Amino acid sequence: MRSARFWLLFVLSLALLLALAAACKGEEKEGVTPTPGGLTGKLEIFSWWTTGGEAAGLQALYDLYPDKCPGDVEIVNATVAGGAGFNAREVLTTRMLGGDPPGSFQVHMGHELTDTWVTSNNMEPLDTLFTEEGWNDIFPQGVLDIVSYQGKPYSVPVNIHRANVLWYNTKVFEDNSLEPPTTFDEFFAVADALKAAGITPLALGDVEVWTSVHLMETVLLGSLGPDDYNGLWTGETEWSGPQVTAALETFKKVLSYVNSDHSSLSWDQANDLVISGDAAMTVMGDWANADYEAKNFADYGWAPTPGTDGMYDALSDTFGLPKGAPNPDAVTCWLRLVGSKEGQEAFNPLKGSVCARTDCDASLFNPYLQSAISDWKADTIVPSLAHGAAASQGWVTEIVDAATAFVTDKDVGAFQGRLADACVAAEVCS
Amino acid sequence: MDSEAAPTRETARGLPRVPFPRFRRRLTPERIASLALIVPSTVAVAVFVYGFIGWSALVSVSEWNSITPDYTFAGLRNFKELFQHFRFQADIRNTVVFTLLFVAACLMIGLFLAALLDRGIAGEGVFRSIYLFPMAVSFIVTGVVWRWLLAPRSGVNLLFERSGLGPLKQDWYTDPTVVHITSGSRLGEALHDIGIGWLASPDFGIPLAMTSVVIAATWQMSGFVMILYLAGLRAIPEELTEAARVDGASEFQVLRHIALPLLRPVTLSAMIILGHVSLKIYDLVVAMTQRGPGFATDVPALFMFETTFAGSHFARGAAISIVMLFSVSFLIIPYLIWSLRREARV
Repeated sequence: MRSARFWLLFVLSLALLLALAAACKGEEKEGVTPTPGGLTGKLEIFSWWTTGGEAAGLQALYDLYPDKCPGDVEIVNATVAGGAGFNAREVLTTRMLGGDPPGSFQVHMGHELTDTWVTSNNMEPLDTLFTEEGWNDIFPQGVLDIVSYQGKPYSVPVNIHRANVLWYNTKVFEDNSLEPPTTFDEFFAVADALKAAGITPLALGDVEVWTSVHLMETVLLGSLGPDDYNGLWTGETEWSGPQVTAALETFKKVLSYVNSDHSSLSWDQANDLVISGDAAMTVMGDWANADYEAKNFADYGWAPTPGTDGMYDALSDTFGLPKGAPNPDAVTCWLRLVGSKEGQEAFNPLKGSVCARTDCDASLFNPYLQSAISDWKADTIVPSLAHGAAASQGWVTEIVDAATAFVTDKDVGAFQGRLADACVAAEVCS
Repeated sequence: MDSEAAPTRETARGLPRVPFPRFRRRLTPERIASLALIVPSTVAVAVFVYGFIGWSALVSVSEWNSITPDYTFAGLRNFKELFQHFRFQADIRNTVVFTLLFVAACLMIGLFLAALLDRGIAGEGVFRSIYLFPMAVSFIVTGVVWRWLLAPRSGVNLLFERSGLGPLKQDWYTDPTVVHITSGSRLGEALHDIGIGWLASPDFGIPLAMTSVVIAATWQMSGFVMILYLAGLRAIPEELTEAARVDGASEFQVLRHIALPLLRPVTLSAMIILGHVSLKIYDLVVAMTQRGPGFATDVPALFMFETTFAGSHFARGAAISIVMLFSVSFLIIPYLIWSLRREARV
């Protein structure tokens, strides 16, 4: 009697253990047998697009999917909230290394994709797809170069964002009879006038630290110019040199004009300060434009950040095909959609970005984006640091950490030393 | 497990030696069944706890600081670089400050509440539930709520402003100030004279932003300490307190000289439980303040997660987790030895 109970418990506990082991193995792979004329199964799209225009743009792509890809594919929208994708990247890393890649994931073009997932042999090359779709002639050469590694493209860019935009409240500027600044000298003059009028000159919300790095990269670009800025990421520009010192001193001075509660606000809350007129300006990528539209705010103006006229500090969201992704046929069709004219024309006006393709209909876009489209064709293109185009993830996190300390302690010497160390640790500088 | 040693130990404790019919025992189905019951969990713990601790230790001495695994032996280089890293130095300072303030505040508030409730007031059950209830909430919820309560433009500050207590307004967790001894001050010079002038630096200061996190954590955990103390107080024999009162001791004296010494084991248990919570704290900080201004509220667990999974510095992340494991072990192992000895004595 008693031993029977023991045996029962034993069998039960063993069953539990086996169940746990089975659960650890993860869900059973979907039995995907592409029926003629139609795709089936699930397609998991991993991104950090959770709010406002971003989510609306993503949904527009999902809505187009059945037209482009006939069949009965169920799209699983796997999102991890958090600006610039820092949170999402942490989740993605654990999934990729754990052998559980999503169907396709959002990733910034440039080093964020290449140094992390391409060099480690985790992505499928997409050269056949690019040839089939004729994308080698449709995407600008600069973009093709950035998404390629050893001559083969590895991801499909869906949009282009600009990071170096100075947004300002036109009403505040008119009331104080000010003009948007084009150089740092003008910026400081405008900022002093605003300060005297009791208005916060520059809104910053760096509860997520990439925003202060974003501000820093525009200052670096504005002080160094495109060639020396690009040199920072190849080791040709000395991180410990005097011109970087001067740029960081400028950054320090810019930081003295921001709102005191910046470390408790997110970038969109900083935007709210510009909308309410408590602050006059903010430096943010052009997704801020979508935020203003969503909040029905019309009194905004834009200009390149000080010293960056004629430069396009670019970043792009792209999608690729991870090795071992479930349902690769459905993923490939997703990539066709993401790179297509109708896909990009549906997505970008909502997201507040311009097409990576060169043949989109400009009339679909709002006035800001129309100006960005013409700048995109005319300007010098440089890669964004805070958004993964310029440097590897490991390098970016080191710079982000150094910037976190600097925003508080304002110690230029220590900051520059740490930036130089970070370049050495990233094996770019010696 | 050690059926051979067990009787000897019991003999040492002065218990009568019970003869074990060893061979018959080994063969019973009960014994096989009990072994079989233990084996699965032992295997699971061995693999999923100790196995992975071992693997983390292995990674922490490897060269794996990019996305591709690289198990080349790196010696203690990762640890050396870690302790030189400005962010980790801030983390150590923050953990020490947080642990000291949090444990002290919880113990004091918990004891105070327990002493009040022990008076046998009406509605004791209601108060007990009210004070204990925060414990039922997760640190994530606590963090989000207190982030709003202590945000500079809302919450408590708004309350102060509206009720005419404007001067009490604080920057709370956005305050980047680190209170420390300045090297120019008299105390700083005195420290310098006795050869410990390095203490006069922000590396050994108190980041004010951390106090906001301490407030939130104390709000959550002091009710739990109260329950521990209340149980301890209830366990004190009435004769002792009555005798003291008959001898003319005041209520404070009863608490100070009778209750507190008898509550020492409770205090120790509470310190251990709170201490290991605070050394490993992650969720509260993530939900409430993240790294804070200039790493004022950063903690090792947060650094570990970010550097590993956002920065792909796997070896450094493993090194941080090993350092955290050691710091908790320094707290837990003496306690385990102490409590095992005490059990043996009883």
